[in-house]
Amino acid sequence: MRIGVPKEIEEGEKRVALTPEVATQLQKLGFTLAIETQAGVAANFSDEEYRKVGVEIVEDPRDIWRESDIILHIRPPKEHPELGFFGVELMKPGQTLISFLYPAMNPELLQELANHGITALAMDSVPRISRAQKMDALSSMANIAGYRAVVEAAQHFGRFFTGQITAAGKIPPAKVLVIGAGVAGLAAIGAAKSMGAIVRAFDTRPEVKEQVESMDAEFLMLDFPEDESGSGQGGYAKTMSPEFIKAEMDLFASQAAEVDIIITTALIPGKPAPELITERMVANMKPGSVIVDLAAEAGGNCKLTEANKVVVKHGVTLIGYTNLPSRLAAQSSQLYATNLRHLLTDLCPEKNGEIVVNMEDEVIRGATVVKEGKITWPPPAPRISLAPKEDVGIKAKAQLEKPEAKPAHPLAFLVPLALAGLALFGLGSVAPPEFIGHLTVFVLSCFIGYMVIWGVSHSLHTPLMSVTNAISSIIVIGALIQISSDSPLVVILATLAVFITSINIVGGFAVTQRMLRMFRK
Amino acid sequence: MNAGIITVSYIAASALFIMALGGLAHQESARRGNFYGMLGMGLALLVTIIGLVTQNHFVLIVGIVAGGAIGWYLAKKVEMTQMPELVAILHSLVGLAAVFVGWANALEHGAAMSSVEQAIHATETYLGILIGAMTFSGSVCAYLKLSAKISGKPLQLPGRHIFNLFLLLAAIGFCFEYVAAAPEGGIVWLVLMTLIALVFGVHMVVAIGGADMPVVVSMLNSYSGWAAAAMGFMLGNDLLIVVGALVGSSGAILSYIMCKAMNRKFLNVILGGFGNKSSGGAGAAGPAGSEADIKPIQADEVADMLAHAKEVMILPGYGMAVAQAQHTVYEISKKLKDKGVNVRFGIHPVAGRMPGHMNVLLAEAKVPYDIVYEMDEINADFPNVDVSIVIGANDIVNPAAQEVPDSPIAGMPVLEPWNGKTTIVLKRGMSTGYAGVDNPLFYKDNTRMLFGDAKDSVDAVLKHLSE
Repeated sequence: MRIGVPKEIEEGEKRVALTPEVATQLQKLGFTLAIETQAGVAANFSDEEYRKVGVEIVEDPRDIWRESDIILHIRPPKEHPELGFFGVELMKPGQTLISFLYPAMNPELLQELANHGITALAMDSVPRISRAQKMDALSSMANIAGYRAVVEAAQHFGRFFTGQITAAGKIPPAKVLVIGAGVAGLAAIGAAKSMGAIVRAFDTRPEVKEQVESMDAEFLMLDFPEDESGSGQGGYAKTMSPEFIKAEMDLFASQAAEVDIIITTALIPGKPAPELITERMVANMKPGSVIVDLAAEAGGNCKLTEANKVVVKHGVTLIGYTNLPSRLAAQSSQLYATNLRHLLTDLCPEKNGEIVVNMEDEVIRGATVVKEGKITWPPPAPRISLAPKEDVGIKAKAQLEKPEAKPAHPLAFLVPLALAGLALFGLGSVAPPEFIGHLTVFVLSCFIGYMVIWGVSHSLHTPLMSVTNAISSIIVIGALIQISSDSPLVVILATLAVFITSINIVGGFAVTQRMLRMFRK
Repeated sequence: MNAGIITVSYIAASALFIMALGGLAHQESARRGNFYGMLGMGLALLVTIIGLVTQNHFVLIVGIVAGGAIGWYLAKKVEMTQMPELVAILHSLVGLAAVFVGWANALEHGAAMSSVEQAIHATETYLGILIGAMTFSGSVCAYLKLSAKISGKPLQLPGRHIFNLFLLLAAIGFCFEYVAAAPEGGIVWLVLMTLIALVFGVHMVVAIGGADMPVVVSMLNSYSGWAAAAMGFMLGNDLLIVVGALVGSSGAILSYIMCKAMNRKFLNVILGGFGNKSSGGAGAAGPAGSEADIKPIQADEVADMLAHAKEVMILPGYGMAVAQAQHTVYEISKKLKDKGVNVRFGIHPVAGRMPGHMNVLLAEAKVPYDIVYEMDEINADFPNVDVSIVIGANDIVNPAAQEVPDSPIAGMPVLEPWNGKTTIVLKRGMSTGYAGVDNPLFYKDNTRMLFGDAKDSVDAVLKHLSE
């Protein structure tokens, strides 16, 4: 099958859906490839590089839309600004489009795709299950956005991120607050942390606390009694109760006055972004502070941000870029193209260059929004619970396991002690003193053995066994005591015992020595 | 030689034996510990021979020299992979010696004793022979299993618990008969009991499967100690009691550690294999993933991945010992180290067929012990590991132990390579491990399977690394 990649036409979009590296891998699956001329230039991939790996360069994008069996794209298709055609209108039944489509927000586009009888897979509808992580373009783009958000903040922030003590005076480290610890938030935390900033993070979903702390950032807890979890379906956040929001806002207000940089990533799928940073908070921030609002496209977590612009209000720089991945075009093209490759690998199980849209496969079913002219969106609810939830489930289970064991009566341990005591008293009342003496030695030796053996290094357990084996041959003493008997039978038995214990003594010590000599640093 | 000197020498020998075991706490002091052990043994032997042996010196010397020569030969010749077999057969000798000494004691009538003393003495003799005979036959059976001379599969006779109970009751019953008849008669009861103990030892060990062998070997180690302690009581010799108690508790602790590492109760191991337990949770027996999720990999790709990793963890199991792959594994680790890769080894407590088996094998292959870590030390490090290589291990890296509550191995502590970036599993095929549980690790997204014999696979990887 022939895969075609038209140049992105959205203004300011620098990414491209195919890189030369991925192209070679797709050819191994049996596909032939074509790309519009200059499609990768903004992401630093020249036509020459594509041609070198055997990708056909096509001058007219209309040819691509018309003649490719599979179209790979990033942005949802729209009217071409210069040539004045709409790619989808050129498509015919049998063709497949793979792109970000946002079916919930673009019902007309979905209908249009269906009208042309084509099959469409939305990269944003790939289900969030662990098997599909390798094709989760939303996550890979969010990761880039989070990283880039920190870079943008650094660009507009007038100081170091890291603290230093120099001859010219002490420089305090920058304090960064990341709101929303999803993929983007965690990437931002990692980037800010590695630049040396003090990073704090907040999220309504308590289960991400561990992830935040694993990146060495501080997780801000709400002083809030309600044990409400903000985890909604699909591992995304959901809308919180008014009381919760009030407590949250108080926290942000106090933090805003303290931190230098705020990066907000709070998005609720299909709804306008929640307002988290009010104008008063912005006014309270130190002059020169920076806010990066990753939710700018959905209205912004701060009402003062303006989409696609950098504005300065109350002395605070507000960055509202909506397409941060495009600002790291080479990287994001690479990741997006790799996500596409993984999806195509799953679509092409025979590796013969033919794709099969197998609606039994959960991942493919989830991503397919139009199948041969029929709208198949939304997909049925996923069967498997979601990756982040899974973790929590296991932990909860682990915690549950312990109490399952019946709580023993606090004095239960006394029962064996009492029994042992009684037995000892019984024995003591009849046994001769000599026996009691031996028993004393025996019991104390057991305790010594217990103490000493726990100290033995695990790696030396085999030598321990062979050496205990050698010394347990001390039984030879018994044989030696008997060997001077006058009874021939006893002498024979004792001699045999001496013989075999000698094997053991020499063999045991020698092999232990041999093993120990092998252990070296 | 007067009795005081002998007693003092025995005290010194006891102290030396305790120091011998204490020395094993660290690699640095272990050799010195072994030396203390030899010193203690030499002292005890010398004092006893000089002080207590009055005649028959010739046979005594012949016995010691002949036995010693055989022991020396065995110790020099044994392959490190065969250590479990050697240890098992040496255990059997301790048991056999206990039987001989016990019998000799029963046949030799000492000074007259009061009736209570006599009863206690007879019981001690009886118990000593019982434990000794059990240790002997059990260890021989374990040896045969470990050296694959008989099948490693658990042999579970129908009604075996009843049979065991019957043997136990018979042994107790005969004990009373013997004590009543001793010291003059009762030999017939002693013979019967010895036979019962031999049967019991065999029956107990054949019912236990291959991977439970660490528990069995350490349990037999413990028994050989208790046999020595019983002999000590019988002969009124404190040195034997001390040593017996030390060895007995050592083996018991090892058994406990092994059982804990498999999250199984000691009785559960002794009384039967996994079979009876897992049949209930049939749901866990099916495959843990679909065929399509298995991602095979070639040796050259593995070599490439290793060469470009920063942190590599090698997780060996019994399969590495079987394939004798440890030397090549060491060569690989050395190559990687030269390339600046941090290579470490992670050892599960029950990897192999006896406690500490993997450590000895790696030591033999010259792997420095400071890069060999225990499970608890390294499990937390997996998120930083780029590539983990699982060689011939299965159950000890099975995530089902944590994720599938009704799995037969649920709750068993396992190594967690799936938390790292990539796991490479060297395996012959897709068969299950000893516990018969499929391993979801093989189907994980970040797992690659390198199929083939472990030795051939690591050889190929080494070849590509050297290129």
